[in-house]
Amino acid sequence: MKETPLSNCERRFLLRAIEERKRLDGRQSYDYRNVRISFGADYGCCIVELGRTRVLGQVSCELVSPKLNRATEGILFFNLELSPMAAPAFEPGRQSDLLVKLNRLLERCLRNSKCIDTESLCVVAGVKVWQIRVDLHLLNHDGNIIDAASIAAIVALCHFRRPDVSVQGEEVTLYTPEERDPVPLSIHHMPICVSFAFFQQGTYLLVDPSEREERVMDGLLVIAMNKHREICTIQSSGGIMLLKDQVLRCSKITGVKVAEITELIQKALENDQKVRKEGGKFGFAESIPNQKISAFKMERAPVDTNDVEEQAEEIITKADPPSDVFAKPILRMPGTAQIGEGIENSWGDLEESEREEEEEGNSDDATTPEGQKMETEEINVVSKTKKDDDTIVLSDSEEEEVVILEPEEREKKTRTHTSTKQENSSSKKAFNKKRKKKRATH
Amino acid sequence: SPHFPPLENPGVRALQRQVACEPHRVTPVCWQMRGSRSKALHDRALVNCQYSMATFSTGERKRRPHGDRKSSEMTLHLKQTFEAAILTQLYPRSQIDIYVQILQADGGNYCACVNAATLATIDAGIPMRDYVCASSAGFIEDTPLADLNYVEEAAGGPQVALALLPKSDQIALLEMNSRLHEDHLEQVIEAASKACKDVYAVLDQVVRDHVHEVTTLLGE
Repeated sequence: MKETPLSNCERRFLLRAIEERKRLDGRQSYDYRNVRISFGADYGCCIVELGRTRVLGQVSCELVSPKLNRATEGILFFNLELSPMAAPAFEPGRQSDLLVKLNRLLERCLRNSKCIDTESLCVVAGVKVWQIRVDLHLLNHDGNIIDAASIAAIVALCHFRRPDVSVQGEEVTLYTPEERDPVPLSIHHMPICVSFAFFQQGTYLLVDPSEREERVMDGLLVIAMNKHREICTIQSSGGIMLLKDQVLRCSKITGVKVAEITELIQKALENDQKVRKEGGKFGFAESIPNQKISAFKMERAPVDTNDVEEQAEEIITKADPPSDVFAKPILRMPGTAQIGEGIENSWGDLEESEREEEEEGNSDDATTPEGQKMETEEINVVSKTKKDDDTIVLSDSEEEEVVILEPEEREKKTRTHTSTKQENSSSKKAFNKKRKKKRATH
Repeated sequence: SPHFPPLENPGVRALQRQVACEPHRVTPVCWQMRGSRSKALHDRALVNCQYSMATFSTGERKRRPHGDRKSSEMTLHLKQTFEAAILTQLYPRSQIDIYVQILQADGGNYCACVNAATLATIDAGIPMRDYVCASSAGFIEDTPLADLNYVEEAAGGPQVALALLPKSDQIALLEMNSRLHEDHLEQVIEAASKACKDVYAVLDQVVRDHVHEVTTLLGE
């Protein structure tokens, strides 16, 4: 399904709010959304929720023969899937650009930074090594996929246990989980991606953009760092022009955020470890019931609503009073009534429209000036007939041949029938000029 | 395809020899949108890039010249860089194609592509905000190094690729691989910026010489 375009109102609203340093969900510019990590029953399976963005990560392993030029190293394989489950705009085959970008970023962040010791994955040099495969599936897209995916990948890798292997001379023994406890992977450090969205040519900066903010942003800067303040990847995208100090400032912010997130991850892993050891219940069945319909609860939005009432009253008292409205209807005859008055027609006599008049109008009407001329002429007739008797002729048909019997002063005080053209009875000078031009060509 | 005369400056020849990169084709502005008109943008030109490596460009024969993830990523980066630099508002409903092919890879692939594509775009007469100069930089043994070659890249140390608009010091693209401590980031970016400015000097000189030569020939 093609992505619904963002309306101009929404875009303008978001940008204005960002200029005033406000975000839709009440966060500050440098705040992250809530990160929730839950583990499955198997080792290596986890779901990470960043606000409403959800990513499922699953790690699996297999014994394969190594690459020819890397005979003593294991193989790491990362794959992020974007399915229509995440957003209707993600169709198979349609999102290749985004997919390539995210996958490459993940690969560079996790593989090139050597967070996993690939030498330890070697079983028999040149013959058998472990191939670790990390599959990430985006379950819901609410902005900032890369952060959620990187957290899910590293958490899944930390959580994963591979079967134990022992090598005695020529013999290689692979133990099942029942025989020997599976062994965790050796992970040096945990790189986490932090995204920065830039707005208004780099003037405003937001951390962890939501989906709406992503749609209106100018560009994105992703910095991946670990808790030792080592930068693992930097990637700027979207065609914004950055300055060096902006990049340095972002890296400082990243350091702070990564420290927080790493702490959260450690705590989650420890909790899960504890629960498994104590024999308690673990897995998704435990962590998901909070979201059953019968147990529905909504998180408090971090918007401050304490003194909203006072503020609203203040605004109302300070505002200008609304303009007077004629609400009294006048009954002319059974079935015909008039509410309100039209404003004075300032077109004047179209034949000599040399006068510059303040008129507001649009040349979007398809009718030619001829039609409009006929309109006003019609009004002449209407007002004339109105003067004679109180019956009103309501018709704005342009095909009617209307002939002015006697040009005379027209009373334009009240008009009972307002067509769309006459509603815009005050048009700008340009409109008048344009009409003059049109008439010149006719 | 545009060919520039061999560069006189020996230091720069070493730079250029590292990656011989030939911009395959840059089509001029009057390229009409054929076929997929739905891709045409109503207010600016579409920049279409393709990056491919010749199979003989690397030490081991490359099985897939383009279409794998790395090439797609490079393509995206090139597109992003040039969309920011070319004045696309001047050519609505048109497409500008930039095809780059690596003939010999010795490190700094992306940077050589950007420099070559800048020259090609200038030669094609497409207006740009400024030259886009790119250079890579690394950090080995506590020293920032500019313009890494293949051996230095393969060593696995941190590498930064930077595409810069030299006059305004604006970064069009910044990418970094491998681990680098935050404190060293500034030094490395500085080194890359300086290298970009040096490349800019060379590119500018080459363009001016070429234009001078062409106008002299036309004048006769």
